[in-house]
Amino acid sequence: MAEEKKAQLGDDLNRRQFFTKLGLGSLSIAAVGTAAFSYQYLEPNVLYEPSPVVNAGKPDRYPLDSVTLDVNNGIYIIHSQEGYFSLSAVCTHLGCLTAWKQELGIIACPCHGSKFEQTGRKIEGPAPKPLPWKRVWINDDGDLLVDRSTDVPALARDSFVRV
Amino acid sequence: MAKTVDQYFDELQQTRVWRSIFRSGTGSSTLKRALAIQQNVFLHLFSTKVRTRMLSFSATWYLGTLTLGTFLILVATGIPLMLYYHPSAPQAYADTKDLQFVVSSGLFLRNLHRWSAHAMVFLVFAHMFKVFYRGAYRTPREFNWVIGVILLLITLLLSYTGYLLPWDQLAYWAITVGSNIASAVPIIGDKIHFLLLGGHAVNANALLRFYVLHCMILPLTAMFFVAIHFWRIRKDGGLYNHDSEPATVRAKNGDSSKEVK
Repeated sequence: MAEEKKAQLGDDLNRRQFFTKLGLGSLSIAAVGTAAFSYQYLEPNVLYEPSPVVNAGKPDRYPLDSVTLDVNNGIYIIHSQEGYFSLSAVCTHLGCLTAWKQELGIIACPCHGSKFEQTGRKIEGPAPKPLPWKRVWINDDGDLLVDRSTDVPALARDSFVRV
Repeated sequence: MAKTVDQYFDELQQTRVWRSIFRSGTGSSTLKRALAIQQNVFLHLFSTKVRTRMLSFSATWYLGTLTLGTFLILVATGIPLMLYYHPSAPQAYADTKDLQFVVSSGLFLRNLHRWSAHAMVFLVFAHMFKVFYRGAYRTPREFNWVIGVILLLITLLLSYTGYLLPWDQLAYWAITVGSNIASAVPIIGDKIHFLLLGGHAVNANALLRFYVLHCMILPLTAMFFVAIHFWRIRKDGGLYNHDSEPATVRAKNGDSSKEVK
């Protein structure tokens, strides 16, 4: 009788070992599943964050040769001789909000002292990259729009908007 | 003849109810005193016997005990603070101000919580320096050092997550900078940043996540590791005393002197 059972279950696996393996196997599968579901749960599927596209209003609000900081949206609207363009105001070092220093003609970060030109190029400090340029365009109502999620090449012809 | 308070207490200790709670019984024999430690759910983590000289200030400067003390103060002050604090973006700062200026004893509790937090970080470092320079991390206590490093990280994370909760400018930018440092981890850095904040920027989700980490996940994790940390002291041979280490252990640790002072 015992011989028969052993033969049925295989040569090197008795009933106890079989159930141990079955139990541990099921628990492992459940653990992997729990880890996967936990990871998905912790990652929000819907974010109630502001839209990346910002309406900066009518372009004539910004005088020629001016740099305007939009504190709430973290961008600069700059009206230069070549046209309007927009820079991210978030420092590329560790994400602090930079400020435009009118008297010095530079953009400076209060946290760790990075300094940038008004074209976004780094002058000095720990920032690893220049401030990125953002896509700008005029919509049908004549408002200046900025897409904060899209970087465009610095100083490129298409990166300016001319009115 | 009137009974003294001591006699009443002795009588109380003989009652059936008392003996059902405290099984070790009274008396000052070595056995009874050992049982009092061994049969107590909290104290049984510790050794039943400690060398008198290890209880002197100079042996440890009581740094580990003081760290536990600050942790207990932080739990005791943190829980009442939770009763007035809402971890939501519109309310967090106003609640913090209320605790500071309106709630009775709020100022005291909040300051005690803050100063104890600073003291705990300081004491954890001091404790580690003391253990390091006494050589108390060596065999067979290496793993308890590892647990100590984990507890250091938990302490720093508790300090960091608590920093955001006042929801003022200092908190906001400190967490912006700190979470951006986390993004510097290769490959998964941005993912860690996203999961930690529950979004791309420090906002309502981040505040709630830091609150849950600060008030639930990290304190429970800390208690878990503190329990192991204390239990290991007993299992690894009690508080470290160089002179009374077994000769084999001392030889292994590179100390050839046989003289026992």
